[in-house]
Amino acid sequence: MRPPSALEALRAQVRQIEGRNRRTASVLPFGIPALDARLAHGGLARGALHEVAGAGHDAAATLFAAGIAARAGGKVLWCLTQPDLFAPALSQAGLTSDRVIYLEGGDDRTVLACCEEGLRHGGLGAVVAEIVRLGMTASRRLQLAAEASATIGIALRRRYGAASSDAVCPADAAPPSAAVTRWRIAALPAAPLPVPGVGRPRWRVELIRSRSGEGATFELEACDDTGHLRLPAEPVHGSGQAAGGPSRAFG
Amino acid sequence: MAATMAQTLVPDLVLQNADPAADRAMLDRLALWMQRSFAPIVAADPPDGIILESAGADHLHGGEAAMLATLCSRLAGAGFDVQAAIADHWGAAHALARFAAPSARFSAPGRAAEDIATLPIAALRIAPAVVEALHLLGFARIGDLSAPPRAPLTLRFGPELGRRLDQAHGRIAEPIAAIRPPDRIAARLAFAEPIAAAETIARCIAMLAARLCESLEGKGLGARQLDLLCQRVDSRAQALRVGTALPLRDARRMTRLLCDRIETIDPGFGIEAMTLTAIATERLAPRQAASCLIEAATPDVSDLIDLLANRVGAGNLYRLAPVPSDVAERAVRRIPPLAPPTGASWPLQWPRPARLLTPPEPIETVALLPDHPPVFFTWRGMRRRVHCADGPERVFGEWWKRDAEQEAVRDYFRIESDGGERYWVFRAGDGRDARSGSQRWFLHGIFA
Repeated sequence: MRPPSALEALRAQVRQIEGRNRRTASVLPFGIPALDARLAHGGLARGALHEVAGAGHDAAATLFAAGIAARAGGKVLWCLTQPDLFAPALSQAGLTSDRVIYLEGGDDRTVLACCEEGLRHGGLGAVVAEIVRLGMTASRRLQLAAEASATIGIALRRRYGAASSDAVCPADAAPPSAAVTRWRIAALPAAPLPVPGVGRPRWRVELIRSRSGEGATFELEACDDTGHLRLPAEPVHGSGQAAGGPSRAFG
Repeated sequence: MAATMAQTLVPDLVLQNADPAADRAMLDRLALWMQRSFAPIVAADPPDGIILESAGADHLHGGEAAMLATLCSRLAGAGFDVQAAIADHWGAAHALARFAAPSARFSAPGRAAEDIATLPIAALRIAPAVVEALHLLGFARIGDLSAPPRAPLTLRFGPELGRRLDQAHGRIAEPIAAIRPPDRIAARLAFAEPIAAAETIARCIAMLAARLCESLEGKGLGARQLDLLCQRVDSRAQALRVGTALPLRDARRMTRLLCDRIETIDPGFGIEAMTLTAIATERLAPRQAASCLIEAATPDVSDLIDLLANRVGAGNLYRLAPVPSDVAERAVRRIPPLAPPTGASWPLQWPRPARLLTPPEPIETVALLPDHPPVFFTWRGMRRRVHCADGPERVFGEWWKRDAEQEAVRDYFRIESDGGERYWVFRAGDGRDARSGSQRWFLHGIFA
C-alpha cells in the first residue's frame, strides 16, 4: 500500500498533464451520495462534455439531460435535428421555457458546429446537442470547447431508424468518444401502487464510462420538477436502508 | 390603339396619363424595400422589373425556393401583380419571369440554358423590329438561335443580338449595380492591389467595422442589418448579409459576425473594393453597465444568438412559450430567442411526454369501452402488454377554432408497458357517441 501523499502527487501530475489545474474543478452534484461517489470530485464536471444515450427509446435520456440542464442554472441552448421534442415535459423536469433557446440545425454537422460555439461562449449554463453520430474528432472538439468555459455540454445520442423501443443496443456498440462521462438510461417498471394508476417513473441509470472513476449501475426514480433524481424508497421490503446506502448500487 | 378608339369599344373607360417618372420612383422604392428585407444586391430593371441577386442572402430565408415564395406572397399581399423567377443569370431570369409558365419559373442551378430554350425570341430583350425580322427568317424559339453560325446573324442584326444571347446563357458577365439607399451609413475601402486571402479580407472587415461604428456613434444609432459588398476585379459583386437581434455598435462583434461567414465570399481574381453598409439601423442610447456590487450580472448571450441566427437562419433559433390550450399540438408557440421572459409555464399537474409524435400514429388495441385503458396495443408491428395505466384525461375540441371540433373529444391515457416504457395514447372519441370521433386509438407521445 502506497502512502497517500504519493497518490496525491501522482494525481496532481495527471491533472497537470490534462491541463486542468488552472482552475478549481467545479462540479454539479446529483445530490445522491452513492452516485456522486462514483464521479471524480463528487459530481458531474462543469466545463466538460457528457454523453447520454437511451436504451430503447430516448425519451428517458432526454429527461435525464433536461434534469441536468435544469440544475446547471443559466440559459440552455438545445440543438435539435428533428422537432419532436415536447417543451412542456422539459418544463416539468425543471427546465422552464424562459431558460431554453432551441436551435434547429438541418444536420449533425451544423448542430455540432453550433454547439461548439455555444460551449465556447461561456455565458450559457448548459448546451444540449441531439445527434445521431458522435465521433472521436467531433467529441474532442466539443470537449475542448467546453474546457475553455464552465458550461456543461451534453451530447444526447439519438437513434433514428431503429424506432422499436425493444431493440436494446449493447453498451460497447457506440463508437468511442472523448466525453468525460457516458450514461445510458433505460426505463424500468415503476413500483406497483396500491390503487390503479402509474407511479413515479423509474430508470436504470448506467454510468458506462467515467474519466478518473468507475462505471456503475443505479436504479433511480426519475427527475422531479426541479430536475433532481431520487433513490427509490422501498417500504415493501422494509430493509431500513438509509437514503444513499450503497446497497442499491450494483455494477 | 388610340384612346378614342378604346373609348368607343369600352364604355365608361377610365383614362390616365402614363407617368414614367412616377413608375420609376415606385420601382426604386420597391427595390429599396427588397434590399432591406431580402438581399443585398437589388437593382431596378426598368420599365417593369426588379433584379435581385439571391446568393449571400437566401440561407436567411430557408433557401432559394422559399425566398421566392415569400417574396411573391408579400408583394401580392401589398397589392402587386407579380411574376418572379430564379435562374443562374440575369438574362435567363428576365426571360423566365416574363415568358415561362408559372410552374417552370424556378430554374435549377446549371439548367438555365435548357430552361430558356423553348421560350419565344421576344424574351431575349431585343428590339421588336429584330424579333419580327427573325420570325420572318423562321426563328421562333431561343433554342433555334444557338445552332446557326453567329457571323451572318451579327452581319444582319448587329452585335446586340449576340450579346443578349450570350447574356441569357451566362457566357458573358452582366453585373448588377446595386441600388443605394439615400441616407445610408457606410464605410468603404478601395485597394491599390486586389486582395484575395481570407486573412487579408478579415483584416479589412475589422477596419471597415471600426469606421462604421464611428459613424453610427455620431448619429446615436446601432445596426440591425449589415451588408458587406466585395467588388471583384471582373466587376462582379460578392455580398454577405448578417442580421442582429438587438441594435449593434460594437466593432469587435461586427467583425466576428462577418468573419464567421467569410468562406462564402469567392474572391475570384481578387477584390478591389469593399463596402460595409448598415442597411437597417435603430436608435441605440448609451446604457449604464451593471454597477451594483451584490447582484451578479446575468451573462449576455445576444452575441451568440446573432452568430447562430446568421448561420442557421433566424427562423430556426427560437424559444417556446406556453399557449393556453389543452390540445397538445397547440400548446406551444415560438417566440424570438431574446424576447423578454414570459414567466408563464405549462400546468405541472398533468404529465406530458418528452417526445411527441406528429402526427399521432394509429395503434391496434384491445380495450374495454367506454372508459378503460387498453390491455394490449400494437405499435409499429410490436405487440405490448399494458402493465398499468392512468386516465382518462379528456380533452375537448376547440369549437371556437374550427366547426369540425364542435363535438370532438380525445381521451388520453398514460400507460406503462411490461418493460417499463411509458406511452401517451388517446382514443379519438368518448367511446359511446360516433359524433365525438372515430373511436380509433393513437399513440401521441413517449414518456420514457
